[in-house]
Amino acid sequence: MSAVAHPIVDHNVPAGEPPHIHHMDTVTAYGAAKLGMWLFLATEILLFAVMFCSFAIMRYYHLAEFHDASKHLNIWAGGFNTIVLLISSFTAAVAVTKAQKGDNAGVVKNFGISLVCGLIFLAVKGYEYSEKAHHGMFPFVWNSDFYHYKNFLGLYFCMSGLHALHVIIGMAILYWYGIRPAMRSRFSGKYYTPVELGALYWHLVDLIWIYLFPLLYLVG
Amino acid sequence: MAAHASAAVNEELNYLNWQKGIWSWLTSTDHKRICFLYLFAILFFFLAGGVAALMVRTELAFAGPQIITDPHTYNVLFTMHGVFMIFLFVVPGIPATLGNFLIPLMIGAKDVAFPRLNLFSWYVYMVGAAIGAVAMFNPVDTGWTFYAPYSTTTGTSVSLMVFAAFVLGFSSILTGLNFIVTIHQLRAPGMTWMRLPVFVWASYATAVIQTVATPVVGMTLLLIIAERWFGAGIFDPSKGGDPVLMEHLFWFYSHPVVYIMVLPAFGVVGEIIPVFSRKPLFGYKMVVISSMAIAAVGFIVWAHHMFVAGISDFSAKFFSIVTFLVAIPTAIKVFNWVSTMYKGSISFKTPMLYAMAFVFLFMVAGTTGIYLAMLGVDVYYHDTYFVVAHFHYTIQGGAVIGLIAALHFWFPKMTGKMYNETVSKFAFAALFIGFNLTFIPQFMLGMDGMPRRYYDYPAQYQTLHTISTIGAYLNGFGYTFALANLLWTALFGKVKAPRNPYNSHSLEWQTQSPPIHENFAEIPVVTEEPYSYGTPTGRGH
Repeated sequence: MSAVAHPIVDHNVPAGEPPHIHHMDTVTAYGAAKLGMWLFLATEILLFAVMFCSFAIMRYYHLAEFHDASKHLNIWAGGFNTIVLLISSFTAAVAVTKAQKGDNAGVVKNFGISLVCGLIFLAVKGYEYSEKAHHGMFPFVWNSDFYHYKNFLGLYFCMSGLHALHVIIGMAILYWYGIRPAMRSRFSGKYYTPVELGALYWHLVDLIWIYLFPLLYLVG
Repeated sequence: MAAHASAAVNEELNYLNWQKGIWSWLTSTDHKRICFLYLFAILFFFLAGGVAALMVRTELAFAGPQIITDPHTYNVLFTMHGVFMIFLFVVPGIPATLGNFLIPLMIGAKDVAFPRLNLFSWYVYMVGAAIGAVAMFNPVDTGWTFYAPYSTTTGTSVSLMVFAAFVLGFSSILTGLNFIVTIHQLRAPGMTWMRLPVFVWASYATAVIQTVATPVVGMTLLLIIAERWFGAGIFDPSKGGDPVLMEHLFWFYSHPVVYIMVLPAFGVVGEIIPVFSRKPLFGYKMVVISSMAIAAVGFIVWAHHMFVAGISDFSAKFFSIVTFLVAIPTAIKVFNWVSTMYKGSISFKTPMLYAMAFVFLFMVAGTTGIYLAMLGVDVYYHDTYFVVAHFHYTIQGGAVIGLIAALHFWFPKMTGKMYNETVSKFAFAALFIGFNLTFIPQFMLGMDGMPRRYYDYPAQYQTLHTISTIGAYLNGFGYTFALANLLWTALFGKVKAPRNPYNSHSLEWQTQSPPIHENFAEIPVVTEEPYSYGTPTGRGH
């Protein structure tokens, strides 16, 4: 044993080679990273599960109000956003295949499209929020006319707000662990873990929206 | 000759001294150093929570106001006691300290799967602790359960405190996730699942609960903040919300969390008893299965905290029956420990005393838990000192005694030194007697109808409260003495620990004491079960 500190993960390897991880071999490292990500996704789902559960209970108590309040949401904006996210998930999946084939430019291009889709999603969401704020249906600027919509809208803002936060985190992951290293030709058939994990996270963000959209905009 | 000299040099180089300076500790990704980072942090909060508890007990020593002049301060004190002890001390307790230290050593790995994430989770813990400390400027008075609607309306800084708990939960999730992946991926060659020491199995079950249950309470706490900030109308009944929903979500985590606290202690006791009985652990497979069964059944019993909160008859019956079920795997464990000791050649070293105390105290805790699972009986005992005593028998008698037992047992491995047996046995006696003196009277107070969380009481409860307070001081003295003994030995002790002072068979004892930076000079190959004492294939006898 030497007294000199080893880096835990050494990225100073030839392009396309997996980073040297000091305390395990490459195959183990890939399995560990993947298992870790799936577990993390499970915790994310449970985080949202609390709000889905609360939504079910609150809808049971305030059925008529939920119906009325959900009509105030912009179905077209929500539907458009759903399509945008579906496209972004498709390109994220394509990026993984590209990475496995060592096509780094393809990773940049496809994750780039996902990133732009994320931006469009956030812009539309921002437009929806500002519309709500304008009508006094927004936290801190409540108009008392809409007081009976509060249970629905409170959950709407908690759920869609937390989801929007996840979109932002997902975009950061796509850029930092996907696009940036791909621009340096880091990925190959031997090493594409970050692309795969980033795409997994992005799919989860998408998946949660797939449930949020019908619940909030359609079922109400 | 040359080989001998270099071996001697290697023997002196270990994880404690191979890098120097405070910065090398704060940036270390070595799981053994992270254990100590956690240990100092959690013991600090153990002290803070203990002081709050002693102030509560001093106030209750006699009827009428004693040292606290208003009920609000009393509410703040028992909330501080609960929040510090639960979120900052017992939940990270054994997993973050000994789990960190032992899991890689026991499975024959160089480190946990994600060492940098491991260090990060300590910083997340410290950020949570710092936010909690800021909340102390306007301390919370809700109790550690943050029940709505009081938590959504009180003027104290509940938002900050629940956010602190959310951040601490995040740290707990990351630790659990790290351990699950470590145990799945980094087992040494030959270390099959059925050769894992029971501590690793218990830590695995704990990690599953940490990962699965914690996000639920995290989100619930964030919804409390949403309720306070902009009236989201989810928990506050005056806005159409449902406070019982909050209780359901809270206990969906906070019941499994008692297994996060106590399962690792089960693991610790399962390691200590075979070593000091010189016998294989009785029914290894059943111990493993019961750990996983407790983790599983623990998820569907939460509403037994809410029998008088207005839940339906049907769900009350359901939750009562499944709560009884928890007694089965728990009793299997007790049976296995006692059977391991049966006809063993037992040596009463300090860790063994703690382990035996654990078995006894946990028996009391489990039996009184059955009382509380009974619907009719619970209506009477609910929110009385009976619950307080039951809870402290499980958590203090279980989790905390387990932690202290583990600290004594693995102390030679962690520090490379041996503590003084006489001193530690004396501390154990003070702690054990003090503990029972504190909480046996509280069972009796509960039976007599003394409600919990009350700042004052009629004269009829006087005697038992006074005895309980005396016990609390003796208990506090015992803990201080036991931990001070260990700290003193770690810093100034002269007696060097050998590699394997107890002649144990599990892997962590096969490397030097204290271990080198990456645990093993070369990755070991495992060829036998961890508890083969006195068997034909075993090394020891």
